[in-house]
Parts: sequence; structure tokens; C-alpha cells
Amino acid sequence: MTAQVITVTSGKGGVGKTTAVANLATALAMDGRKVVCIDGDIGLRNLDVIMGLENRIVYDIVDVIEGRCKLKQAMIRDKHYPDMYLIPAAQTRDKNAVSPSDMIRICNDLRPDTDFVIIDSPAGIERGFRNSIAAADRVLVVTNPEVSAVRDADRVVGILEAEEKGTPSLILNRLNPTLVRNNDMLSAEDVLDLLGIHLIGVVPEDESVIIGSNRGAPVVTDPKSRAGQAFRNIAKRIQGNEVPFMELEQQNILWTAFQRLTGRK
Amino acid sequence: MFNFFRKKRSAESAKERLQLVLVHDRTDLTPAQLESLKDELITAISRYIEIDPEAVQIGLERDGRSQRLVADIPLRGVSRHRAG
Ligand SMILES: Nc1ncnc2c1ncn2[C@@H]1O[C@H](COP(=O)(O)OP(=O)(O)O)[C@@H](O)[C@H]1O
Ligand SMILES: [Mg+2]
Repeated sequence: MTAQVITVTSGKGGVGKTTAVANLATALAMDGRKVVCIDGDIGLRNLDVIMGLENRIVYDIVDVIEGRCKLKQAMIRDKHYPDMYLIPAAQTRDKNAVSPSDMIRICNDLRPDTDFVIIDSPAGIERGFRNSIAAADRVLVVTNPEVSAVRDADRVVGILEAEEKGTPSLILNRLNPTLVRNNDMLSAEDVLDLLGIHLIGVVPEDESVIIGSNRGAPVVTDPKSRAGQAFRNIAKRIQGNEVPFMELEQQNILWTAFQRLTGRK
Repeated sequence: MFNFFRKKRSAESAKERLQLVLVHDRTDLTPAQLESLKDELITAISRYIEIDPEAVQIGLERDGRSQRLVADIPLRGVSRHRAG
């Protein structure tokens, strides 16, 4: 077993990175994979509450780096999936508590007996972002169909290419099919055309995401949730399976075809 | 009243505005710099061949993740010759 290290990043804050990490990790665990999540947002710890593990934290990633505990001691086991772990961020204000080489060392220690290491990057393009991508084998960029989020995503894609991290894959989150149909929201096609990278999934705007985060239970565990289905599909694609895109995108394609037929586009 | 129907839907504006912003973000070239690049290019080319400065078109174009600087520079002598 040698883990694939996947970093989830975005440039802009609040687009759904932490939501994506919690859901993808849970979906991979549901598929029987061994997963370790790392919260890379030092000073703004969040992944623990989204995963419902906040009461179990004893040590964090900075304790590991500074030698106050062993790596294993900072790995919090999930309540429902015994093969899923979280390494929480520290709530320290010291921005330099973690370095890129620390992240590479921790990931290398995890690689031999894990299938996936998933890193939740902070927003921005500063130190925390650099730390988060240092060990990545693959990067997923999350964006929303909005001008500012797409612009920031493009900056991040440019930096990843300049750093020779390869071209990342795109998760388009919070798409509202009704707005897209009314031509009041950028479609998946539009965003792909603008960013020029590979699409790994489209996640609809979905209330169940908020309900799930209130409960500390990621929506992938809810079989009826549309967003949950979208994240389960992305997790399958990460594992190398070809999964057809959901109806919400097909609807757009049909609508575009209809518009072309009726000369509206 | 009619304006409401004719108004461009917002997704289209978003896409057009992003197309422009991204091309400048990616190249680190402001519209003003592009303008002075154009002026210098016209001066340089005019030293060798006669061109119509008004007809010169220079712009940045996107092609997937790569950008190209595209210049369309009609030559004066040639077009006159063809027309005649
Ligand atoms: N698909 C979605 N539908 C509805 N709300 C969402 C969706 N994805 C994320 N959210 C909400 O958006 C907010 C920001 O998400 P979060 O994952 O914390 O973003 P980030 O980690 O990028 O800052 C949260 O309140 C989250 O519940
Ligand atoms: Mg976050």
C-alpha cells in the first residue's frame, strides 16, 4: 500500500474546500479505503467540527512536528469508519509552525499503510497553501460558478503549473441548475472553458450540506442528498472508475442543444 | 420595458468579463502596457515596411491554458496593389 496524497485548494475562501475534504474522505472510507485527512488550515481549525470529531482531539499536527507526540497519537479515528483518521490543525497563531518539508515528512510517514491522504488547504496563496501542496501527488481545485471564485481558481492553477505540480482537476461546487438554466449563473461548460483544466465533478447547491455540517456528519452518508451523490461520484473517479456525470449537467447540455435549435444561442 | 427583455443575461456578462480578466492576470500585462507595446511595435515595423498604424490590431488570445499575442498588421503597399 502506498498512499496517494491529494490536496484540496481554491484560492478564494468559503467555496467548499473543507466540505469537499470531509465528504471525499468519508466516501473513500465507505468504499473500504484507508484514509487520513490533514487539516492544513493552521490557526483556523475546522475540519474536526465538519467531521464531528472535535471532542476527541488531544494532539494536533504542530505537536507532531515539535515532537510532543508520535504521529499515531495525533491521528483521530473516525466514529463510524475505523479506517478513517483526522490529523487536526493547531490553533496557534504562529504562521511558521509548519513548513513544506514537515508536510512532506508526515505524508511520507503515512504513505506505507494508507490508501489516501487528503489535505485541506487554507484559502490564499501564502505559506499555508504552500505547505498544503508540498507533498501533493494530485491537486483538486474547488471553485464556485462566480466571477471572483473563478478568477482566484485561475491564479492557483497558474501557480501549480509554475511549480510543476501538474494541471489540477476541478470541482465545481454550489452550482444552481435553475440559475444556470435562466442564464444567470456560469455553467460547468463556461467555467471549464475559462479555466482550461479537467473536470472531476460538479456539486449542486444543496441545503443538506449545511444540515450535515450542523450534525458533524458529511452528506455523503445521506443516500438521498444530491450533493452527497456528487461527492460519492468524485470519490469513485479519484479511485480511477469512470462514472457518468449527473443529470444536473446533462440537463444543461440538453438545454444548450435546445437553445441552439431555437436559435437562442 | 423593452430594455428588460433585451438586457444581456448575467452569465454572459460574467463570462465575457472573466475572459478579459484572466488573460491579463495570466500574462501580467495591463491594457496600458499592451497599448505601449503596440506603439513600439508599429514604430519598429515602420522602419522596414510601410504599414497603416490605424489598421494594426494586437490582442491577447486564450487557447486552453496558454495565451498568445496575436497581431494583425496589414501592409499598405500590398493592399493598394491588389485593389488596383
Ligand atoms: N454544495 C453546497 N451546498 C450548500 N452549501 C455549501 C455547499 N458547499 C459548501 N457549502 C457551505 O459553504 C460554506 C463554506 O464551505 P467550506 O467547506 O467551509 O469552505 P472553505 O473550506 O473553502 O472555506 C459552509 O457553510 C458550507 O456549509
Ligand atoms: Mg476550510
